[in-house]
Amino acid sequence: MMFIDPHAHMISRVTDDYEAMAKAGVVAVIEPAFWLGQPRTHVATYMDYLSSIIGFERFRAGQFGIRHYCTIGLNSKEANNEELAEAVMEILPQFALKEGVVAIGEIGYDEQTDLEDKYFRAQLELAKELDLPVMIHTPHRDKKRGTSRSMDVCIEHGMDPSKIVVDHNNEETVREVLDRGFWAAFSIYPSTKMGNSRMVDILAEYGAERIMVDSACDWGISEPLGVAKTAALALERGIPEENVRLVCYQNALDAYGQSGQMKEDDWLNPPPVDQRGLYEGNSVLRGGREPVIDDNADKHTLNKLIIE
Amino acid sequence: MNTTTSTGFLDALLKDRLPTDQYDWLQSRMKLLNNEDSLRDIHITFGLIPRRLGREDLSVTAEESATAESLVHGWKLSGWSIDMTARILLLCNIAHQTNRDFAALFKSMCQTADLGESISLYRGTALYPQSDELDKQIGEGLRTNIRAVFEAIAHDNPYPARHFSELRWNHMVLKALFVDSTLHPIHGLDERSNPELARILCDYAHERWSASRPVTPELWRCVGPHATGSMVDDLQRAAESQNSLEQQGAILALCACSDPKAQAILRNYPEKARAVANGELSWDSIAQQIDQRG
Repeated sequence: MMFIDPHAHMISRVTDDYEAMAKAGVVAVIEPAFWLGQPRTHVATYMDYLSSIIGFERFRAGQFGIRHYCTIGLNSKEANNEELAEAVMEILPQFALKEGVVAIGEIGYDEQTDLEDKYFRAQLELAKELDLPVMIHTPHRDKKRGTSRSMDVCIEHGMDPSKIVVDHNNEETVREVLDRGFWAAFSIYPSTKMGNSRMVDILAEYGAERIMVDSACDWGISEPLGVAKTAALALERGIPEENVRLVCYQNALDAYGQSGQMKEDDWLNPPPVDQRGLYEGNSVLRGGREPVIDDNADKHTLNKLIIE
Repeated sequence: MNTTTSTGFLDALLKDRLPTDQYDWLQSRMKLLNNEDSLRDIHITFGLIPRRLGREDLSVTAEESATAESLVHGWKLSGWSIDMTARILLLCNIAHQTNRDFAALFKSMCQTADLGESISLYRGTALYPQSDELDKQIGEGLRTNIRAVFEAIAHDNPYPARHFSELRWNHMVLKALFVDSTLHPIHGLDERSNPELARILCDYAHERWSASRPVTPELWRCVGPHATGSMVDDLQRAAESQNSLEQQGAILALCACSDPKAQAILRNYPEKARAVANGELSWDSIAQQIDQRG
């Protein structure tokens, strides 16, 4: 089965993760622009970060046969540094039209301050101007109210809910998000967000329409195989295969494909220009199970001592 | 249409291929270059080009290839796409039709470019007005880890042979080997070979041999004409390789070497030497085998 991980901060991950994801069937990832753990203090470092996720990270993923897309935006945490935020807002239009940018995001609220609100709204307007989908980060604290408020503001700005993915949902938020016509994404992230067992229960209750699963893997203790493991668990527990395909692949493609920047052909039938060194092709798609010599099983133990 | 300049020729290539509405859109965007808010327009046009015009291969005719060569010696359009051509046309128009500091704009565009943009920016380097500032940025481009971007400068591009210092030239050739690229598409490879490069490449071959890694046969192409002393011994070692391609490369290099010792070694390979003499074995035949191997 092919998977898309529509929320993965690959810039913080190592090559082993790419290898494991490709092997598990991940054909595409979406890297939302976010906070790096260490706050940025200058717009120039923010620009270099955006250039990285547009450029080198996309290339790096391609070497593992994974297509890499990203979203561009000013995150809610750094929106609180007004001087930085103003400067970032000025350079965003220069980045939002780059190849593979599938949305403005991840944007929204963290502490729900006035500055967060100001820049959230400004970026919704930018998304409208450039006709791009939006990825919304819902807050960890005061989540339920923060999620409702995010959607209220979107409606207030005349946004179409079918172009907006509300991310990091849980049992408490999902009903309202689906009822209001937005896409509901779930991050399978140990300890702080969703576990995949709970996720399967949600799939059993709500079905697959407008629901998608992501890993949100980043620099914290997180799981780059979140999507693939959830799919396996869901199948094991009797969720229909078509529903698993929808929430672990198709819905993400439909939602972010509205940008015009993400097509199934990108990985199934890549254009010649990309085959000249930018995308190596996916081993899962290249005739499936090429005999994988399981050299890598011992990679992180001292059982295999030879490094060549 | 004026096809006596490279800019006019790029325009003609696009006009011949694009549907009228797409070509008209491009023309209308070109008219914005001298507006007050032109910098924003330039960035947006540059970003929109692949979305509006597509990314198909340019697929040039033999006649068009000949025109490119006649305009700029060494300019090859193999691997050019529609969007790349349009972006380079945009850059040429900015350079020739506006008062903008072209090198400064080029630098800032390189700094925020996505992969497709980077490749386009560097592919066109031989067509832009030359300056020290532009040259510095091209040196920066050469430092990339992304092979496709490196090759936009190094392959089928007349710029390096014409403008690079010996130090940068040698570095580029060596880096091509390090990033698993090929040497034969480098324009001016034979003309710009030099004794220092030959020495560097022999040292590199020794590193590869020590690590039991293969040595590309192309490497010897830059060594042959300059080989003396121990470098001839290196050619002999490569000629004794079990790998047929490596051996072919070494034989060709020995044929290009004027050292008497080289001629003595060649007497051990009479058939191969004959194949070189009658043209069956050449750097082109090796290039073909390498390209087929992928």
